[in-house]
Amino acid sequence: MTERIGVYVCHCGHNIAAVGDVEKVAQYAGTLDNVVIARDYKYMCSDPGQELIKNDIQQLGLTRVVVAACSPRMHEPTFKGALERANLNGYLLEMANIREQCSWVTDNTQNATEKAKSLVRGAVRRVYYHRPIEERVVSVNKATLVVGGGIAGIQAALQIAEAGHKVYLVEREASIGGQMAKFDKTFPTMDCAACILTPKMVAVSQSPNIELLTYAEVAQVDGYVGNFTVTVRQKPRYIVEDLCTGCGDCTTACVLKNRIPDAFDEGLSKRSAAYISFPQAIPLKAVIDEKECLLLTKGKCSKNCVEACSREAIDFSQKETVRRIEVGSIILATGFELFDARKAPQYGYGIYDDVYTGIEFERLTNASGPTQGKILTKRGEEPKSVAILHCIGSRDENYQKYCSRVCCMSSVKFAHLVKEKTDAEVFEFYIDMRTFGKQYEEFYTRVQEEGVNFIRGKGAEVAKVDGQLVVRAEDTLLGAYREIPVDMVVLNTALVPRHDAEKVAQIFGISRSEDGFFLESHIKLDPVTTSTDGVHIAGCCQSPKDIPDTVAQGSAAAAQSLAVIATGKVKISPISAWSDPAVCAGCRICLGLCPFKAIGFNEEKKVAEINQAVCKGCGSCAAGCPSNAIVVSHFSNQQLLAEIEGVLA
Amino acid sequence: MPKINLAVYWTAACGGCDVAILDTEAKILEVGELANIVLWPLATDGKYADLEKLGPGEIDVCLFHGSIRLSEQEAMARLLREKSKVLIAFGACSSFGGIPGLANFHRREEIFRRAYQETPSTDNPNGVLPETQVRVAEGTLTLPEFYHQVYSLDQVVPVDYYLPGCPPPVHLIVAAIDAIASGQLPPKGSVIAGDKSVCHECPREKQEKKVRGFKRPHEVLVDPNRCLMEQGIVCNGPSTRSGCGARCTKVNMPCRGCFGPAPEVLDQGAKLVSSTASILDASDEATVAEMVSTMADPAGLFYRFSLPVSMLQKKRQGGKVS
Repeated sequence: MTERIGVYVCHCGHNIAAVGDVEKVAQYAGTLDNVVIARDYKYMCSDPGQELIKNDIQQLGLTRVVVAACSPRMHEPTFKGALERANLNGYLLEMANIREQCSWVTDNTQNATEKAKSLVRGAVRRVYYHRPIEERVVSVNKATLVVGGGIAGIQAALQIAEAGHKVYLVEREASIGGQMAKFDKTFPTMDCAACILTPKMVAVSQSPNIELLTYAEVAQVDGYVGNFTVTVRQKPRYIVEDLCTGCGDCTTACVLKNRIPDAFDEGLSKRSAAYISFPQAIPLKAVIDEKECLLLTKGKCSKNCVEACSREAIDFSQKETVRRIEVGSIILATGFELFDARKAPQYGYGIYDDVYTGIEFERLTNASGPTQGKILTKRGEEPKSVAILHCIGSRDENYQKYCSRVCCMSSVKFAHLVKEKTDAEVFEFYIDMRTFGKQYEEFYTRVQEEGVNFIRGKGAEVAKVDGQLVVRAEDTLLGAYREIPVDMVVLNTALVPRHDAEKVAQIFGISRSEDGFFLESHIKLDPVTTSTDGVHIAGCCQSPKDIPDTVAQGSAAAAQSLAVIATGKVKISPISAWSDPAVCAGCRICLGLCPFKAIGFNEEKKVAEINQAVCKGCGSCAAGCPSNAIVVSHFSNQQLLAEIEGVLA
Repeated sequence: MPKINLAVYWTAACGGCDVAILDTEAKILEVGELANIVLWPLATDGKYADLEKLGPGEIDVCLFHGSIRLSEQEAMARLLREKSKVLIAFGACSSFGGIPGLANFHRREEIFRRAYQETPSTDNPNGVLPETQVRVAEGTLTLPEFYHQVYSLDQVVPVDYYLPGCPPPVHLIVAAIDAIASGQLPPKGSVIAGDKSVCHECPREKQEKKVRGFKRPHEVLVDPNRCLMEQGIVCNGPSTRSGCGARCTKVNMPCRGCFGPAPEVLDQGAKLVSSTASILDASDEATVAEMVSTMADPAGLFYRFSLPVSMLQKKRQGGKVS
């Protein structure tokens, strides 16, 4: 059977036409086999442009369409739509990218035109072999999994729960709250972090639609958008949650009281083996640290905690539990870690006393922190001068190239807090001051007026000279080298991806960008969806961001999940792999290659079988399949070879 | 039933295929009853002139083994094609180019230089190379032309059936003889062998595969029950057509690929590169390079029998087939 092919060459205004000769390309396309019409048009993607294609299909009886324009990532859905409106299956379209791959990579008209002709020739030969394929629709489980109980996860969970849908909120730590729970005040309004966060945490615990799984981690994810099966491992608390009232009697009774560095206070204070993370913890339940508890590590303890607990809530026989949860979509809000300042020893962290990180400073100034909110040096004295260093590990070729986005503002906040609570002189060392958010610049101006010394120049070194801390830096405004003696140094460290981000990415089948954070579908236009349908990301696991942006992304991710729920069904791309049982010889090479775990093995027939609903059509298995039993629809050998031969002809 | 006329001929080949025909033992007597042998250089005396005298299609079946490298071989292929009703590419050499086809990794000039000038045993002080004609006192001597590349039989003349293998196994030769005797031949163009890859016939236990490097069979104590690839031994079985009964892997030797590409495989070597690479347990290029360096001669290994019919075909010069 012969096909009737129409070729449409787009000028894209000047984007293509200023370099490539689109008329020549269209003329040439008209000479190719099976091409019945070839046209060029100023904006193919415009309504009149699409109409042109639609009319030709109907009037000339076109059976295949080639559009030579921009990247298919831009407008393939547009032109598929045009075909479908003319009752032609959308997959009978092929796009030749003559913008990004031709006109944008040269200023030589002849080269651009010749390459455009080659790509069009390849597309024409390929489209001949296209087959109509139908998009698949599957029903959706209305529950959502939110991973991470920081402010991003809390926001997303609350929003979905308020809309009346079930949410499973899984948190690794014993309490939700995340990094924000550790903060003292929040810029630019200086309201206390706990005051604005804890009502939301309480709302989570009280929502009938949210099932909170703390001290738990996701171990495995199977399935696909609309129908995920998630395996969650929950660590034993050694406390019966239903009985525990959070009174704290066990923590005071514990033999190891004030002996264990308290991670919530960044190790600046000590806690017991039985402990409650922080006063506003949700759930407000004690937990016994199995790495420290004498009974659990050494098998011997006087068990004062058991005696102290009037509710008899302590149960040392608890074991890890494994749960399987069915959900339709997933929101990852796993947050960030802070750059380890020890990796930059020039700043003296871990070497000299009174060199703190930003998060440690947050605890120092926090009313429930180790000093009850007083800013004191290690010797318990109020500092007379404090240096705050920006960009520790950020914007630095040696560590992270990116800007961590929040440190300028939190540094300004730190300066304000020092000024408010002490009489100390404050010196800030910055490269550039980035105070871009709503009311941020105003806050910066206010703190400037408070008499803080802003020194434009990155802190180069923190040293100790005759028992005195000094900060060395080049003041680029004065053009002078400066050495400033201070009593306390605050290193505002970079926000970095979590150490296990790669493992988490693998579990959820998503990618990471070069900086290690989770990769979004589109950096500008699709910031919370990922390459895996139904898996959304929010907050600092995607990139460093402040609380307003994090909350906005939490809401955005919730909206994505709610959209999945609202439709009740989801479209799955019909491009998928299929293994021909008549060809498959059962070598099992493909089994380990599928990133989506879509391939199973039929032991009876001794052949590999691909779950079409799980398959994303990535083609890894087809490339690995040694006998070519696996075929990816829309990317068959016949189609690919025709295209290659066309391009090279 | 009248006897059929049978021809067996060889070109660039080792002669193993002839021996395989003799290996059919008692069946060879049936061949005698079934057919008049009009040409079989191994067993009978035959001259070009006898062959030329036959009319078109007078040979019912011709078993042709060997690839085509010389003009004389091409001429014989054309002559036998004309005289034969059914032309069968017999063995790996005529089907895919076979072992002689590995010469396509080198250009003709390189082969001549090596063979006639550089080998330690060569005594050729004037560096004389073969030529198609040379004048001597007695007149002009001729030699067939040595082509730039080795061809499979079907790259020279149309072929009706393929009986692959190096050499074809006895049970398939017997099956072919039975089919000829009964007139029950499959559709033209068929390969008389299996229709899956060797893994289908290989009895070894197969699991998911991840390897961190490659070993040659003599370097390891081979587990007789487990897939060879999982043991780091490069095996061509996954992309090679079945039908041999996995005769190599059953005796702890990896498949060499003599049955040519599996039915759906376009390029046996390229497919093997792709699938073997996919089981490397590495996440960065440096590790991949290190693992691949443990493999001896991957091109020769993966294209051992099928280089002339592959997409590569032969060594290129300046990006072009010379």
